[in-house]
Amino acid sequence: MTAPLLADDLGPRGKRRALIASVVSGVVIAAIVAVAILRLSDKGQLDASRWEPLTRWSVIRFLLGGLVQTLKAAVVAMVLAMIVGALLALGRLARSPLVRWPAVAYIEFFRAVPVLLLILFTAFGLPKYGVHLALLWYLVIALIAYNSAVLAEIFRSGILSLDRGQTEAAYSLGLGYWQTMASVVIPQATRRMVPAIVSQLVTVLKDTSLGFVIAFEELLRRSQISGEFFGNPLQAFVFVAVIYIAVNFTLSRVASRLEVRQRRRYQAGAISVAGAEDLTVVEARADAATRR
Amino acid sequence: MHVVLDNLDLYLEGARLTVELTLGSFALALVLGTLTAAARVSPVPPLRAAGTFYVETVRNTPLVVIFVLFYFGLPKAGVKYSPFVSGIIVLGLYTGTFVAETVRSGINAVAAGQAEAARSLGLTFPQTLGIVILPQAFRTVVPPLGSVFIALIKNSSVALVIGVQELTFQANHLAQATAQAIPVYLGAGVVYLLMALPSGWLVSVIEHKVAFKR
Repeated sequence: MTAPLLADDLGPRGKRRALIASVVSGVVIAAIVAVAILRLSDKGQLDASRWEPLTRWSVIRFLLGGLVQTLKAAVVAMVLAMIVGALLALGRLARSPLVRWPAVAYIEFFRAVPVLLLILFTAFGLPKYGVHLALLWYLVIALIAYNSAVLAEIFRSGILSLDRGQTEAAYSLGLGYWQTMASVVIPQATRRMVPAIVSQLVTVLKDTSLGFVIAFEELLRRSQISGEFFGNPLQAFVFVAVIYIAVNFTLSRVASRLEVRQRRRYQAGAISVAGAEDLTVVEARADAATRR
Repeated sequence: MHVVLDNLDLYLEGARLTVELTLGSFALALVLGTLTAAARVSPVPPLRAAGTFYVETVRNTPLVVIFVLFYFGLPKAGVKYSPFVSGIIVLGLYTGTFVAETVRSGINAVAAGQAEAARSLGLTFPQTLGIVILPQAFRTVVPPLGSVFIALIKNSSVALVIGVQELTFQANHLAQATAQAIPVYLGAGVVYLLMALPSGWLVSVIEHKVAFKR
């Protein structure tokens, strides 16, 4: 970690001010934490009896079962969304308007719609038309519909981020459209897109928790069940929040690292997709790290 | 089709709440995010640690988990707000982390000579940041902030888990009451599209207005 840009080499007066600010802010932060702890213990929320169920193996196994469902939904949705997204990206880049316009319409519509609306539609709407599936699939179908649109845009900007000379060189060697795509463009573009794909996986993982709304027993739903059973909802929710943070923090870190490495190696520009918030942050961090 | 037109008032009511939630929480997120970004580049270690802790924990927690924690968990510790106010707070807290990271990257994008020049003129750290760096940083981060805003419009739908009757809530309610799920949900999707598209245009207009002429 390098020194922050604005704070390197303070003078004597600056150092004194920074020290005073450190002491004051340290005291204020400590006071806030102390008030929070007092308040929690006042209401009996820090009592060992409320946390004890979360140390029992049976409870932990129940919650881990939820985590397995969460991961399963995320991985299945991600893999299928990548396949659909790749087809959509090729569709949007196609020369024929008959292929291009449906792809554009799909991508723009599903990217603008909340995933939750899609999940409610698949879970409560589809059965009215005689489509009955396991809850996991309602969630997965909705996640695919949304994320294939976002991934299509990631793939497209990855392909467009390649230097035009690459395709021109391939054409001048006599390769056709599909040969150029398959042996020149896609292999290079794929490498460029890996960080963005990992960051989208974080989004998908977080979005699986929306399965809670349709009573799919993933991690959050199971923590609610356990919280109601033992009368410790606050503790149960805190517990699963920590699990989510551990998993997503690791993945986010990997995405940022990969992005920085890609930028250094290929000096390529950012892949940006409007409305994909986790991707925005990965790009922002990589921008900051590579500019130094 | 009729089911959408007959219930247009429900859609408008839901859309109004969605807009209110989005604008209210975005205002909160901008303030919170800018302060956090400032804290993370400051020479004050406790503020930097607090900023990092806030960003890394809240950003990596699913939004719906923060909602249930805030609305169903915290009342056990005596903290309780109405659904709408809770919605603004939770969405603002969550989006604030994305704003913070975006603004921080904008701060880092401002040429180092700017801060050095400000320091050599005798400006203090808050002055350097507030007068010299942030005004330039904000110009460069208009497009990513717009992206965060559009994500927020969609994220506001999660407020339905605590009973805020915004657009997705209304559509879901209507779909349960009628047998025509496809037009009802599709109608809501179109309304979201009608909110996202102008936002995208507005962002590019602002981007061109404030861009540096180089």
